[in-house]
Parts: sequence; C-alpha cells; structure tokens
Amino acid sequence: MTLAVEIAGIKMKTPVMTASGTFGSGPEYADFVDLNKIGAIVVKGTTLTPRDGNKGRRIAETPAGMLNCIGLENPGVDEFVSRILPGLAAYDVPIIVNIAGATTDEFAELARRLSVPGVAGLELNISCPNVKEGGIAFGTDCMSAAAVVTAVRKNTVLPVITKLSPNVTDIVSIARAAEDAGSDAVSLINTLLGMSIDIHRWRPELGNVVGGLSGPAIKPVALRMVWQVARAVKCPVIGLGGIMTAEDAIEFLLAGASAVAVGTANFVNPRASVEIAEGIQDYLVERGLKSVRDIVGRVNDSI
Amino acid sequence: MIKRLTLGAPAIARTAQPGQFVHVRVGESYHPLLRRPLSIAEVDREVGNITVIYRVVGKGTALLASLPPGEFVDCMGPLGNGFDMNTERPLLVGGGMGLAPLLFLAKALCPKPVTALMGGRTKEELWWRNVFLGTCRSIHVTTDDGSMGRRGFTIDLLPELLENCKYDRIYACGPLRMMEGVARLARDKGIPCQISFEDHMACGVGACLSCTCAGTDGKRRKVCSDGPVFWAEEVLEL
Repeated sequence: MTLAVEIAGIKMKTPVMTASGTFGSGPEYADFVDLNKIGAIVVKGTTLTPRDGNKGRRIAETPAGMLNCIGLENPGVDEFVSRILPGLAAYDVPIIVNIAGATTDEFAELARRLSVPGVAGLELNISCPNVKEGGIAFGTDCMSAAAVVTAVRKNTVLPVITKLSPNVTDIVSIARAAEDAGSDAVSLINTLLGMSIDIHRWRPELGNVVGGLSGPAIKPVALRMVWQVARAVKCPVIGLGGIMTAEDAIEFLLAGASAVAVGTANFVNPRASVEIAEGIQDYLVERGLKSVRDIVGRVNDSI
Repeated sequence: MIKRLTLGAPAIARTAQPGQFVHVRVGESYHPLLRRPLSIAEVDREVGNITVIYRVVGKGTALLASLPPGEFVDCMGPLGNGFDMNTERPLLVGGGMGLAPLLFLAKALCPKPVTALMGGRTKEELWWRNVFLGTCRSIHVTTDDGSMGRRGFTIDLLPELLENCKYDRIYACGPLRMMEGVARLARDKGIPCQISFEDHMACGVGACLSCTCAGTDGKRRKVCSDGPVFWAEEVLEL
C-alpha cells in the first residue's frame, strides 16, 4: 500500500499538501509537525516586490470558518530565494511556490526568478480576492487566465499549477482555459468572497471590508467545483477548501482530486496534514486498496 | 466577566517565560473554529500548572468559561517571546487585561523590588491590586472616575513616579494609547521600555500573518512569533 502520488511530475510521499497562505514557508510549523511527512508545502503567495499587506483587522471568525484579508504580505521573491529557500533544503519535502503578479509580465518574471534548485513547482495565484492589482481579475476571465499561464509556461520548465477562484459563474471554463494554455495541474478552490459586520459598532469586521472565506463552511462548494472540474479536464486536480479530517480529504479524492491541500485546519491543528494522510492510509488499508489512485474520481454519481 | 483558568500543563509550565502565551482550543466543534491566544498569568513549575486570566467577550471565551472543572482543553504553547528580565529596579505599567502577563512577570522578578502602576475605569476593575499584593514592593493605582487611587490615567501618574525613583526597566501592557504614552515618558527619561501587544491571531506561530505590525526599521513584525513583547522603539513611532 502506498500513499505516494505524482502530480504534474512532482513526487509526493502523501497526497496531502499544505495550502498557500496557511503554512508560512514551512519552518514556522517545524516545532509541531514533521515537515518531512507532508506531501508538499505550498509556500505563502510571493510577489515581485515586498508587500506590507492590508491595513486594519485581517481576520474574522464566522460559523465554521474564517474570513481573511491579509493582502499578500510577503518579503518579495528575491528575499524568498536568497534567505528563505536555502533553509527549506533541510527538509525532504517538495516546495511549491505560490506566485502572484499584478500583470502577466510580473508572473513571467516571478517564474524566471523562481526557476532555481529547491523549487519543485509553481502555483499561479490568479485568484487572490484581497488585493486590488491583478488578484482575482486574472482568475475570473478565461482569456486572462490563459495569458498568465502562457506567460509563465514560456519562462519556466517547472511544473505549473493554476489555482482557481470559486468567485466565478463557470469554474470549468477557467480550468479548461488554464489547461489548454499549458498548466500541468489545477488547484481549487481559493477562498470565497465574504463579509461580516460588527453589529455593536456598525462597522465591517475586516479592515478591508470584504475578505476570503475559508474553513469547513466552504467544503461543499469546493467539493462540487472539484467534481465538476475533474470531469472536464485531463490534467490532475488538487482539491482544497475546508478539509479538516481524513474523511473530508477522501471525499475530495472520490470527487476526482489526485491530491488535496489542507489550509485553515493547520491553524486549528498544526498536525492536520500528517494526521489526514494517516487517516487516508487507514481507509485504504481497511478496504484492501493498494494506492490513492484506487479512489480518485471513483464517486458513483450515475443516476 | 473575568475568569481565571488553571490548566495542568507540566511541559508548558516547565519552560514558560513571562510575556509568552498559550493558544487554546475552546471546543471540539467548528464554531468557533479558531484557537484563542491567552497570556500566561501565573505558573507553578513544581505542580505543573499554568493559569490564564481572561475576559469573556464572545462565543469562544464564553464556551471556555462554561467548561466544567477537570475538562480537557487542547492547548499549544508556550508561544511567542517573553520579557527581557535583565533588571534590578523594574516598573510595571498595566491597564485592563494587560495586567495578566505582568502578573507572571512580577512574580518571576520577585524578590527584586517590583513597582506596579495599574489603571482601570473604576474601582471594580482594579481587583487586580489584590492579586498583585505580596509580589510588589509598591503598587500605585489610577481610576478614570477617581473611585480608587489617583483620578486619571496611568500616564498621568507616571511622571511623578519617574521623578522620585530610579527605575532601570519599564514594562507596559494594555491599550495601545497607554503603551505609547508610557514608552514616550520612558524614552524621555532614558529608561529601556518593553511593551506587549495583543492582536487577532489565527495560527499563533507566524504562518498566517494576520497579526503583523510595522517595525520602525521598515520591516514587518509578527506579533505572535516575533513578539508579543517588543522593545518600544522597535514598533512604536515615539
């Protein structure tokens, strides 16, 4: 029995990755979980120049979820490559860097600068709901999404994963556009746009007014979208959105995801990604299955 | 409503330093979902207990307050960086729940001569005075309404204290405006000053960046993992 999977050429020991923005660069959690046991670490969204992120309150809790409007705070790509990436070499885990450009040229430049040893792949953040420039605009239009993928594809030989936004009418068409433009895999979903209001102060809770909703509250939406996209594209699908337990992850695998990513659950339980992988293993063993592949897309949805 | 919760947590009690915090899960369900960062207010290293003192403000803290004695609580810690303890004549200035980490600090500094200056809106809010008794050489009190101690804010009384005594460290925790005022007066007197921030946090370990603040050197700081204790000039424009 093996938990190992290969997504777009990236070899992972387990199908459980950590979602961008929820796991820092990885070492932040090293005191709590063995990073070597994680399928892949997807590093916090990285931009061409350093960003301070948004002002004001950045998180708010909602029933079974949370809103955030961090605003892509990060030290910039050069600092990441020179200072953070060398430290990650100590761990035996694929590092996938989530990149966010304000223009297609910026995405291309980020891809160039990150095509270095130690980076196993790139995840294109065309779906961040919390920044004004670029951000979600690329992920809500097929042409723009394809343009970003094309620009990145020309500038790197690394595997390219496109992270899709759920804040669209038809996520399948965006997924197809990304695949046709050369994306090796797609990951979905990013956060859902949401809002909460402090009724005592008559003010939005978030400094940015609106933010991205994550956590168990969004799981049914994410699962539906993964199921829809997995049936429509040939490339591997990475499923994420509210995965807290092995049972949640198995639902995504049955819906068609070849791997999953754990996000908000890390905040609640730093060991979530490893415990979920162990739970998937138990599930496979109980059923006498040999590989994660044996359950991918196996939901019986015939009427 | 203020609650005091003692947890049997030998591993945390063994290593916790004043100023550090624990990240507590308040229930098994997904609502509320996130942990609550709570300052460590007391530690009994021999017995293996830590105590947090918190105000019930929302669903999470209400749920925590409703737990029966003997219940198990999922608790991460100790997290963050604590106070610099290199002092011979410390002055502690606190307001509101900011007095919780200062209580741990006062006990850890004892038997050095600790002076505490505490502020509150009313006499009722200054119940802290009784908790600090026995660990401090002297305690000074201000209330907004004059119902106990000097009428006014802590920073109204602080210049007087600085005039008469030679402190070599000031530690402040409480509302931001109070800490700014304390830090300014400390700077004017040339006394090193540490402050302790609190903020909304999701991860508590430096990964989510929900609690970052601007450093005066232009670099960002994470309240959870770079702080919550900072040298005042590191994060406050004075």
